[in-house]
Amino acid sequence: MTATLEERPAAPENAGGKPAIDKAEGWRRRGPLLPALIFTIIVTQIPFILTLYYSLQSWNLVRPGSQEFVWFSNYGDVFADSQFRTVALNTVIMTLGSVLIAVVLGLLLALLLNRQFAGRGIVRTLLITPFLITPVAAALLWKTVLLDPTLGLINFVLTPFGGSGTEWISQFPLASVMAALIWQWTPFMMLLLLAGLQSMPTDQLEAARVDGASAWSTFRELTLPHLRRFIELGVVLGTIYLVNIFDQVYMMTQGGPGVASANLPFYIYQRAFLGFDIGQSAAMGVVVVILTLIAANFALRLIFRSFSGEQEAA
Amino acid sequence: MAVTTSTPPDTQEPAAPPEPRRQKRSAANVWLGVVAWIVGIAFFFPVFWMVLTSFKQETDAYTTTPKIIFEPTLEQYEGVFSAGVGPYLVNSVIATVFSTLLVLLLGIPAAFAVSLRPVKKTQDVLFFFISTKMLPVVAVIVPIYVVVNQIGMLDNIWTLVVLYTGMNLPIAVWMMRSFFLEVPGELLEQASIDGAPLWRTLREIVLPIISPGIFATALICVIFAWNEFFFAVNLTAANAGTVPVFLVGFITSEGLYWAQLSAAATMAALPVVIAGWVAQNKLVQGLSFGAVK
Repeated sequence: MTATLEERPAAPENAGGKPAIDKAEGWRRRGPLLPALIFTIIVTQIPFILTLYYSLQSWNLVRPGSQEFVWFSNYGDVFADSQFRTVALNTVIMTLGSVLIAVVLGLLLALLLNRQFAGRGIVRTLLITPFLITPVAAALLWKTVLLDPTLGLINFVLTPFGGSGTEWISQFPLASVMAALIWQWTPFMMLLLLAGLQSMPTDQLEAARVDGASAWSTFRELTLPHLRRFIELGVVLGTIYLVNIFDQVYMMTQGGPGVASANLPFYIYQRAFLGFDIGQSAAMGVVVVILTLIAANFALRLIFRSFSGEQEAA
Repeated sequence: MAVTTSTPPDTQEPAAPPEPRRQKRSAANVWLGVVAWIVGIAFFFPVFWMVLTSFKQETDAYTTTPKIIFEPTLEQYEGVFSAGVGPYLVNSVIATVFSTLLVLLLGIPAAFAVSLRPVKKTQDVLFFFISTKMLPVVAVIVPIYVVVNQIGMLDNIWTLVVLYTGMNLPIAVWMMRSFFLEVPGELLEQASIDGAPLWRTLREIVLPIISPGIFATALICVIFAWNEFFFAVNLTAANAGTVPVFLVGFITSEGLYWAQLSAAATMAALPVVIAGWVAQNKLVQGLSFGAVK
C-alpha cells in the first residue's frame, strides 16, 4: 500500500480537465497532506504488516526463543478451533443484532422527535446522553445497578410482573451485553435518522397531504425511501464501530460463561494477553480483517455515494 | 444540525410559499410529545440513577427497594480520590489534550489540502484515511504491544497520545474537510490573486470561517480519546493508566461498593458528557465522516 501511494502522485496531475498543474505547484498543494499521511501509515499500516508477518510464525511470549516460521499452520489451527467458530458467530449476532435493533428504535425515536413539542431540545439532549457515557462506566452501570439479580433496578421494576430474581448476566450473557450496546447506540441512530428526516423536502410532504394520503402511506412511500440512504449508512457505520466492541464484554461478562458472550476482539485479547500466543492471535486478527474488508468495501462505496451526492447538491 | 438542514437549497427559491403551520397542536401531537418525554427520561434514567447513587451512603445504595430520598453526602467522591484516582485523571487529561492538539496540528493542513486545493490523487488519500478506520484494532494490537515493549514505551502515557492521534486523525480530516468545503471559493481566489502566501491565506481567511467546525472536531476527538479503553488496558499499568483503567478496579469489588462505584463512574463520564452536549449538533457529522450534516 505504501508503495502505490508514493508512486502515484509522481504521475502528471490533470485535475478535472483544468490545465495540468506543474510539478512544483503539485507538490506545494500536496505538501500539507504529507505529515498526516506519513503519520497514519506508520501508526496503522506498519503494525498491520507486522501482524501478517507474525501470523506466519509460531511464537509464544512465555517461551523465549520459541519463535519460528510455520507458514499457514496458525490459520489451520484457527479454523480447527471450535471455540473460534462460536466466537465468530457471537460476533455476528452481537454486531448485527444490536445494530438492527438500534436502527429500528432509533427510527421510532427520530420520528417522535421530528415534530414540534415543548422541550424538544431537552429530550434530545437526554436521549443522546447514553451514547456519550464512557463505555466502561456504562458497562459497570448495567452490570451492577441495572442488572444485579437482587438489587438491580430492572428486576425491581419487573417484580410486580413476577420477573424478579432473574440472573440476567449469567443466564443471558450475550443478551445482557447487547442490551447495554443497544442502549448506547440507539441515540446515535436516532441522531443520524433525525438528520435524514429534517433534510426531507417539505413540498413533497405537503403535496401528499393535499392529495389526502394517509400518514402511513406517506411514511411508506415518501419518508422511508428518502431515509433509505441514512438507514444504510447507520447500519454500515454501526457495524464498523460495533464489530470492534471490547469494553462491554470485558467489563460485564469477561466473555463467559465459557465463550458464551465472547466476541472476536475479546477472544483475540485473551489469546494474546492471557495466553501470550502471538502467532495465533495475529492469525485471528488477519481473519477478522478479511471479514471486515468485505463489509468495509461495501461501506466505502456507500460513503462515497453519500459524499458525491453531497457534492452534487452543493 | 437543525440549523444546516432546515435550509435545503429548495427553500431558497424565490416563489417559496410561507411555511404552512401544518403541525397544529392537535391532541395527537401533544400526546406524542408526552411519549417522547417518557422515552427520553427512560433512556436517561440509568445515568440519572448513577449520579444520584454517587451521593448516597453505601447503606442507602445497597437496598432491595431503591431509595430516592436520602441524606446526600460527598463521602463517595472523597473515597474515589483516596483510592487514588488523581494520577489516572492526570493521565486521561494528558492523553486527551495532547492527542487532540496533535490531531489538529496534522489534520488542519491535510484537510485544507484535500478540500480547497485538491490535486487528483488527494482524493485517493482521502479514502485511504477512511479505510484505516475500518481496520479492526484487534488486528494491530499484537504488533503494537510487541514493538512498544521492545522500545521500552509500555506503560508510558505518550504511547497512548500517539495511538489516539492515529485513531482520531482520519475522522478529523474527513470532518474538517466537510467544513473547509463550506468556505467560499471567491475568497481564496482573491487571496491568490493578491499573491498572499499560503500560510497567510490559511490563517487570515480560512481559519476564522471554519473555527466553529474545528472546535466541534476537537470535541469529538476529546470524546473518543477520553473514552478509549482497549489500548489503555493493554498497554498501560500503574504509571500511565487512564480513568477507564481505574474503573476496572471496581469490578473486583462486585456489588459491595455501589455508591463509590457510581461516584467513580460519574467522574469518568462527566467530562465527555458535557463535551458531547456542547458538540451534539456536529456529532453525527463527525461519526459519519462528514457524510451527513
